[in-house]
Amino acid sequence: MKDLYNAQRMMRNMRKIALQKGVIALLDVGSSKITCLILRFDGEVRPSDLADVQALSSAAGTHGVVPNFARQPLFRIIGASTTKSRGVGFGQIEVMNETERAIRTVVQAAQKMANLKVDQAIACFSGAEPRSYGLVGETQVRESFVSEQDLARVFAACHMPDLGISRDVLHAQPVNFVLDARTGLSDPRGQSGTRLACDVHLLTVETNAIQNLAYCIKRCDLELAGVASSAYLSGLSSLVEDEQELGAACIDMGGGTTGVSIFVKKHMIYADSVTMGGDHISSDISKGLQVPLAMAERIKNMHGGVQATGMDDREMIEISGDSGDWDKDRRQISRTELIGIIRPRVEEILEETRARLDAAGFEHLPSQQIVLTGGAAQLPGMDGLAGKILGRRVRLGRPMRINGLPQALTGSAFSSIVGACLFAVQPQDEWWDFDVPSERYPAHSLKRALKWFGDNW
Amino acid sequence: MQPLIAPKRHQSHPSAPRVGGPSTPLGRRDPAPSRGSYRLQRFLLSPWVQVFLRIGVPILIIALPLAVYFSDTARRTAAMTVVQEMKHTIEERPEYQVTLMSIDGASPELTDGVRRALALKLPISSFHIDLAALRAQIENLDAVAHADLRINTGILQVSISERAPALVWRLQDGLHLLDATGRRLALLRARTDRMDLPLIAGEGANLAAQEALRLLMAAGRLSPRLRGLVRVGARRWDMVLDRGQRILLPQNDPENALKRLIALDQAQSLLARDVPVIDLRITARPVLQLSPQALEVLRRKNDNLSVGTKL
Repeated sequence: MKDLYNAQRMMRNMRKIALQKGVIALLDVGSSKITCLILRFDGEVRPSDLADVQALSSAAGTHGVVPNFARQPLFRIIGASTTKSRGVGFGQIEVMNETERAIRTVVQAAQKMANLKVDQAIACFSGAEPRSYGLVGETQVRESFVSEQDLARVFAACHMPDLGISRDVLHAQPVNFVLDARTGLSDPRGQSGTRLACDVHLLTVETNAIQNLAYCIKRCDLELAGVASSAYLSGLSSLVEDEQELGAACIDMGGGTTGVSIFVKKHMIYADSVTMGGDHISSDISKGLQVPLAMAERIKNMHGGVQATGMDDREMIEISGDSGDWDKDRRQISRTELIGIIRPRVEEILEETRARLDAAGFEHLPSQQIVLTGGAAQLPGMDGLAGKILGRRVRLGRPMRINGLPQALTGSAFSSIVGACLFAVQPQDEWWDFDVPSERYPAHSLKRALKWFGDNW
Repeated sequence: MQPLIAPKRHQSHPSAPRVGGPSTPLGRRDPAPSRGSYRLQRFLLSPWVQVFLRIGVPILIIALPLAVYFSDTARRTAAMTVVQEMKHTIEERPEYQVTLMSIDGASPELTDGVRRALALKLPISSFHIDLAALRAQIENLDAVAHADLRINTGILQVSISERAPALVWRLQDGLHLLDATGRRLALLRARTDRMDLPLIAGEGANLAAQEALRLLMAAGRLSPRLRGLVRVGARRWDMVLDRGQRILLPQNDPENALKRLIALDQAQSLLARDVPVIDLRITARPVLQLSPQALEVLRRKNDNLSVGTKL
């Protein structure tokens, strides 16, 4: 715990160095593709720029969210590259050197496009069995108003659950503060009160997954400036502001995993992942139609759907092949058959997702918007089916627009990497962004001695 | 007999490098860069390498062959001669030739002096004329206040303003003309050549020329009798009048002393008497030196007076 705490602080320092240099790389290590963006910071945003960005965004008519750009550096994507991922399965690394080579491919291409060398990278991944915990801590306020040290002590007072063997904290975000009888405070610093309590959302993943990823990135001569969960980043980029405020779930249907994240009051309160995704649909098609996996993927993308109609009986799909058997290579199937293969798997994924949402108590939120994003969410008819199975309003989400993002990377499959941009530019406060309680710090004993001196004279 | 095996449709290249990892069925090359090429690209993208590639390499490409070519002495001299010849042909073009020198604003003697001092061999190329040096040379001449040189299509135009002589300075080796600032202009053969100018004498008189001129102005009604001023000990003036009469002026503020003397002379016509030397060196105590005859007369007069009083 202490180690990871220090590691996270070091990554925050790396991020600061990258901000000073003005460039940072963002890596999304997914099961079906690996994406790298290179972000350049252009200094503080001016109000006129802000107006432009908003006008552009509304004129484009996207579902993208324009977050609060005030006091946020203006940034621009100057390098982007994506490649088919190798060696990644279920959102975590399975073959180290293959993954390393895939990361090298994207980083090199993005650097070439940017004509710059980047040294710091922020990575995100979806797998490694994320688990959410809600922690509660309570403490008395020492002075008449809440100070940084009070915050540190209230975090230290949180009861730490048993995380299990070899699991590490990926996110630890203070979600809510309670000061005396008032709840729902986002920042109690400087307010007067006597009893301070906090709710912290803790997300843990398997240690090995982070270590493997860190090792691969180190082998590419990059320094890790942050690690985040893809489900969280997808939510950041594809939920609009009022959805984040009132309560919404983001379902990121990726290749190997389907991430679920629930937001309320602009904080993630729950994240989980279902280890099924678009690749399973492709493999079902491949098995069902006896075609290679690449062709199954192609058929899914070209003709896939989840809602069969009478028209689909007459729409025949040619299945070519090079097995040498004429009859096998010249088959035709109707689209209804294809949908018959796809739909059960999609239903399974969505039912599993629903179970996760129910377990998280999603029905208690004030608003229960569900946003589908990720590559597999692009199957036609997905929103209708999801609405039926999840029983709530569902919309398809696309990531917000960002300066310089190539057109090819604006689809819903790239929502987590766009979220990583927001994460790199303005990360939400996490546990390690606050002070350490002074009681725990032998290094500050001199400071405490001086404080005692000051208090008593 | 032909084998009953169909040829493979997709020939995988045995020579294609397999860069590790599981082989794809069609034997396609992995798009991933090798670790070396990845590092090389990052090295080339680092800022100082970029600067070197953009600036250093072009400079090297230009400079290195030149340096190699000119490392041979024969080639270097050959190149130098070519350059010299080109320079020479340009300099010798008729447009740049200066054939005449015209001197304005100087007396005939000074004009001759300037020509002698410059000693230019005309015609000469204007590239070889250093106007600033020539000007310094002309202004070195005593009689020239300042000179203005320019080249007008083949003519070297010299405009000179002469210094005006204001004083004649007598030294043991002869007479010199001085201007108002005390600068020596020329030798004077005889005093009679410039009777209009006042005469000064004595060592260091030229350094106090301005004071001398002020004194001469202040002399006023003494001017007709004035012979000249003598600098004594390079610190104060003697005013010499005709009949060998001398006024010893003080070092400090000689003008006022002179004015007082003139006032005294007006009232009592002091200078008309037989007083060869009037010593004003100590302002509070002017001293008159009488001639021996005058002294004799005075003594007798005093004796008579004393006899008279005794009687």
